[in-house]
Amino acid sequence: MTSDNLLERLQPIFRDVLDQPSLTITTESSGHNVEGWDSLAHINLVSAIEQEFKIRFALGELQDLKNVGDMIELMRAKIGK
Amino acid sequence: MEAEKFSVTAVASSNTPESQFTLDVLLRKRRSLRRELLQNPNLIDLRIAILGGSTTNEFAEFLEILLLAEGFRCEFYQSEYGKYFEDAVFETSRLSEFKPDIVHVHTSSLNIRSFPPVSATEADFQSAIASELSRFETIWQALTSKLNCQIVQNNFELPPHRVLGNLDATSLGGRSHFIAQLNLEFARKSRDIRQLLIHDLHALAASLGDDRWFDPQRWFSYKIPITAEANLAMARSLTSMVRAIYGRSRKCLVLDLDNTLWGGVIGDDGPDNIVIGRETPVAEAYTAFQEYCLALRERGILLAVCSKNDESIARQGFQHPDSVLKLNHFSAFVANWEPKHENLIRIAKQLNIGLNSLVFVDDNPAERAIVAAQLPIVAVPDVGSDVTLFPQRIEGGRYFETVALSAEDIRRADAYADNARRDAFQSQFRDYGEYLDSLKMTAEIDAFKPAYLERITQLTNKTNQFNLTTKRYTQAEIQSIASSSEYVTLYGRLSDSFGDHGLVSVIIGRIDGAELHLDLWLMSCRVLKRGMESAMLDKLTSLAKESGIGTLRGYYYRTPKNEMVRGHYKEMGFECISDEAESSVWKLHLDGKYVNRNNHISVSGNDQR
Repeated sequence: MTSDNLLERLQPIFRDVLDQPSLTITTESSGHNVEGWDSLAHINLVSAIEQEFKIRFALGELQDLKNVGDMIELMRAKIGK
Repeated sequence: MEAEKFSVTAVASSNTPESQFTLDVLLRKRRSLRRELLQNPNLIDLRIAILGGSTTNEFAEFLEILLLAEGFRCEFYQSEYGKYFEDAVFETSRLSEFKPDIVHVHTSSLNIRSFPPVSATEADFQSAIASELSRFETIWQALTSKLNCQIVQNNFELPPHRVLGNLDATSLGGRSHFIAQLNLEFARKSRDIRQLLIHDLHALAASLGDDRWFDPQRWFSYKIPITAEANLAMARSLTSMVRAIYGRSRKCLVLDLDNTLWGGVIGDDGPDNIVIGRETPVAEAYTAFQEYCLALRERGILLAVCSKNDESIARQGFQHPDSVLKLNHFSAFVANWEPKHENLIRIAKQLNIGLNSLVFVDDNPAERAIVAAQLPIVAVPDVGSDVTLFPQRIEGGRYFETVALSAEDIRRADAYADNARRDAFQSQFRDYGEYLDSLKMTAEIDAFKPAYLERITQLTNKTNQFNLTTKRYTQAEIQSIASSSEYVTLYGRLSDSFGDHGLVSVIIGRIDGAELHLDLWLMSCRVLKRGMESAMLDKLTSLAKESGIGTLRGYYYRTPKNEMVRGHYKEMGFECISDEAESSVWKLHLDGKYVNRNNHISVSGNDQR
């Protein structure tokens, strides 16, 4: 799955979890520039992504991520291709 | 309750929260769901304080949605992470300002402070129990003295690691053992303290299993010790307790008949041919479901029938000798050809309860779908069509949760009588006869009856060991034998203090002048060495004498499997006429000297002798 595809599939998850139907995320999106993406929302996002893609983020993997782009790279490694 | 009409998910044959608010939906959509559900104009306000031993936000958000769907608009107070004790004991004024209706002490085995050391003595163990218990008693004391609220206290799940292995459950230093004892102490306290209810985390975690319950990574990352799935299970369970606290548990189980309470279609197959009893795996499964329904009735849940059938035929199903449920167990009985949703309204009126008290169980997805659509406030669990799963599907809905059993709930003492019988069972006996007597065996031995012909045919075709001639019969043959005056037939059913073994023995005797040729004598191996064969022979002898028979003639035909009955006729007092390698012939004169052989089984039949 390409990075673009992943971004496309993440889009509705972010919209649902943050309850912002018109939200557009980019690889540059992060807790700093997306409204409502606080630490609690972060747990919800991670749980929803893990559930949707049937993957698990390992302990510590998430703390170094700067933005959605980093998350996508990490997900690509897990999903394989 | 109106909440259901706000549901976002269209569900075909079920309308339950379990089917609408799945983990997928709740993880993604809970904020928009919350907005939608809050539109319901008939919500009841509820204030819940969650005093958590872990991070409780996810749990609270799940709980909020589930309670909204049940018609409760909740406001939450959540203690800071792990501050359940401090909040209850030292911040009571803040709590009382919040005015909670319910305080949920949301702790788990992670919050236990004083596990005994592995080397614990009895004294160490007792002191650890006392110390842990007193910590929680302090909490309950503070809450009950200062707040007028219901306390819902989690008990403890088994720990994720059992370092002592199996010994963990028995050793004084075992954590599992400690938790078991602590849970008993909590149970005792909840019986003493009126405001204290125990939320059974122990059972909940066990039903999901360690792997689906614990999530150490979420614990280290967010201080949530369990999976999202486990949090949802806990929220569902707590929702059912809240419903019970507010008297909103359901009261009546409405049951379809054909392929729900018995196998087959009674109108087509006939009342004698419905599948129920102990004779086949499928029959046993329907019997088990009937027993489950009866257990619900015994704890106060009303039972009702809603079936598409002619009422007179439908009622006959409960006169089947193997039906556990009898007509008098049903508080309402509606069988006709009207749509089921109309009949459910009739049933609710008849019982003078709300439609929101009904749970409707039907194996037919089309019937479920129409009821779920027409009457969304009736609970329609997706029970599927496999009777073995019906009880767990119904249990999954937690419809009948209650906070206490009232005297009316426990209407029948029968269940206790059964237990008393079992208690009387001893484990030591002077001899085998005394053991047999202790079983309190009763048998029903009689000529073939229509209801049993299928089972009899089946036994003739599958019994190999205790089978003297191994003669196989078709059902048509059995039917014609049953109605012929040239045969003496017998079936035997056996019950004992542990349960009903069903129909276990068959004899077919062919009349030839003053002789009766025993074409078939078989018995199921599950009742070997009970003396059932003696009881059968006693009855056979008396029936034969009545028919003017002077001699019984028995045959043994050897097969690779029936060696065990080679000496059967000898043991029964028959005289050997011929004995060859592959067969033997025996006879017994019935010249008035026959003495009954059975001493241990109490026998009944339609025509008592």
